[in-house]
Amino acid sequence: MLQVISILLENKPGALMRVTGLLSARGYNIESLTVARTTDPTLSRMTIVVDVDAGLRKQVIKQMNKLINVLQAADLSEGPSVARELVLMRVRAPMESRASILKEAEIFGARVIDSTLEGFALEATGEAEKLDEFIDVMRSYGEIDVTRSGTVAVSLEPRKLRLSSPVATGTAITSQSTTGVLNG
Amino acid sequence: MSNLMSGAKILLECLTREGVDCIFGYPGGVTLPFYDALYDHPIRHVLVRHEENAAFAAEGYARATGKVGVCCATSGPGATNLTTGLVDSMMDSIPIVALTGQVTSKLIGSDAFQEADTFGITRPCTKHNYLVKNLSELPQIIHEAFYLANSGRPGPVLVDIPKDVFQGHYQYQPVNSIHLPGYKIHLDGHAGQIRRAAQMMWEAKRPYVYGGGGILASGASKELKELVETLDAPCVLTLMGLGALPSSHPNFISLPGMHGSYAANMGMYECDLLIALGVRFDDRVTGRLAAFAPHAKVIHVDIDPAEIGKNRTADLPIVGDVKRVLSKLNKNLQEMIPTHQAQNAAGRRDWWSQMRAWQTEHPLQPEFSTDEIKPQHLITELDRLGGGNAIVAVDVGQHQMWSAQFFRFNEPRLWLSSSGLGSMGFGLPAAIGAAFARPDKTVIAVMGDGGFQMSVPELATIASHGLPVKLIVMNNGYLGMVRQWQELFYNNRLSSVTLDCFPDAEKLAGAYGFKGKTVDKPHELRAALEECFAEPGPYLLNVKVTPFENVYPMVPAGGAINEMVLGPVNPVTV
Repeated sequence: MLQVISILLENKPGALMRVTGLLSARGYNIESLTVARTTDPTLSRMTIVVDVDAGLRKQVIKQMNKLINVLQAADLSEGPSVARELVLMRVRAPMESRASILKEAEIFGARVIDSTLEGFALEATGEAEKLDEFIDVMRSYGEIDVTRSGTVAVSLEPRKLRLSSPVATGTAITSQSTTGVLNG
Repeated sequence: MSNLMSGAKILLECLTREGVDCIFGYPGGVTLPFYDALYDHPIRHVLVRHEENAAFAAEGYARATGKVGVCCATSGPGATNLTTGLVDSMMDSIPIVALTGQVTSKLIGSDAFQEADTFGITRPCTKHNYLVKNLSELPQIIHEAFYLANSGRPGPVLVDIPKDVFQGHYQYQPVNSIHLPGYKIHLDGHAGQIRRAAQMMWEAKRPYVYGGGGILASGASKELKELVETLDAPCVLTLMGLGALPSSHPNFISLPGMHGSYAANMGMYECDLLIALGVRFDDRVTGRLAAFAPHAKVIHVDIDPAEIGKNRTADLPIVGDVKRVLSKLNKNLQEMIPTHQAQNAAGRRDWWSQMRAWQTEHPLQPEFSTDEIKPQHLITELDRLGGGNAIVAVDVGQHQMWSAQFFRFNEPRLWLSSSGLGSMGFGLPAAIGAAFARPDKTVIAVMGDGGFQMSVPELATIASHGLPVKLIVMNNGYLGMVRQWQELFYNNRLSSVTLDCFPDAEKLAGAYGFKGKTVDKPHELRAALEECFAEPGPYLLNVKVTPFENVYPMVPAGGAINEMVLGPVNPVTV
């Protein structure tokens, strides 16, 4: 089963690489990844869909939570959550099939965002499986060109965000070191 | 505008505020402004002869003191040469800060001379890393780097600084506070879990303490001793944990694992409660995981939540700083003495007689011969001279394992070993770092003839500073550990392990201006070592030992911990 991971991280250069590096270092292939700024512009929200061995899922989340730029990583596959994806599609629509294409689009709740003599540009959102069906149906009308956004997901349970407080400089936990001669 | 300072000077100011007074490094094109500022600055710069050794020396410094070690390299090849040391300190959780120069900001990404993507390359080699984009961020980043390196689970932090950041000028304001909202350190263990742990300990018939590097990192030796004595439990210490409990302590057994003693591994196999403190259940300790401590419940204390359950499921996990957790745990244990101590006292007495029987049955026994110097003989002689108080920096291989078996340590931070990564060429530069950090201590570098030859350039560093390091080469003419595996597992087809053409030690040391000698007769060993130890400056002693000696006991890779090969005979399975 695919694991859906939701990550709140600092919006800083390299932060994305740290997260994806954890997965690639373990040989996991990322199925989809979305990332965008949150209402707080210093933070980003990332949703990753990845196929991780069941026994290693907790370990992957723990490793992500260890990243300094990550404020919270959570496995959404564990609790109630909703996941949606956006599809943008160009479909060739000759005169004789335009009406039925529009009818099908309506069934899937898709919207027409552009219309030309050659065809339509459509937009649909939904669960990934539903969009697979939508794409299959549209393909039956002929040539299509598809871009998928990848899954975005949100947990339906409130999750407590635990953050660290500021610390004074030069106060690295002193109980952890012995007296040395140099370097402090 | 009185505080308008160059980036290089701001960096030095921040390093001074962090208490740094020694940097191991190697200059280059883009770090020129930094080295210019260092020229008349009180921070001491130790010029190594290869950047990899700057990182290892910084590690030696950090391992010997618990303070952050600092190394510095230029962009491109300088930075890439540091990476082995970064991964090494990552694996062993050693606090170092690496400063690297980067090409001028506007040249980044243009394949400029000596440009490399240091930030990208070192991302998986560090606990955290930075690329400084603006001089204004530099003070904040430097203080964050030191805080990250030596708090929580320690590790390496790299700061990549473009040349124009060194050269720019900025109104310097000391940074007094840093905020890393996503950096969570769990110091205090859960009180309820600690209480349950104390209960489990008193309820155990065969408790067993398995301690590691986390005890040293948190400075918990005193608390460990108290725990071991209150429970009167046997205690094994990993390669990273040696010295956490004095080797002379009656409850100390030895190193466990692949080259652990028979008693240490049998204890692991038979215990009913494994008290794992600051350890990560490394494969060199556990052997085949499924057969590791099969009868035991596991209490696992570690500051890093990701270590809990990573290799072995913990029956009782406690996330926290080992020192803090143990001091609370010891209090709990004390409180329970009246009600709990008598409960399984008989069982625990039997456990000790079993432990003692295993120790007597197959002790770690050094080999001696009148014809040739046995490697174990060399280590026991070195140990006699060090007296448990010397700093011992080792390289990687057979000599490292014999050293772990036969050196005694009276206190923590005397044993410097590249344990997780197993980086050959570590011992000599680590000894350099330790010699600068602890000029009050005798520093011995024990190396194989392979690892020593990876470090030869640093003889110049040693000579330049007249460092009184005892350089001991255990020379068996082979890459001994690889040869041992080829003998045992590859039908003795010795492929590319012969180290011929070893240089004449006296001439080699002489070429650098210090004393050296080769010894190959057992009856001459003691006098040769005494001469080496009496020398006020550096001394290179090349000790020719039995070429075909193997390290035993040995748990073959992937074997169960109780299936040890005890000597050059057939395996014993219990």
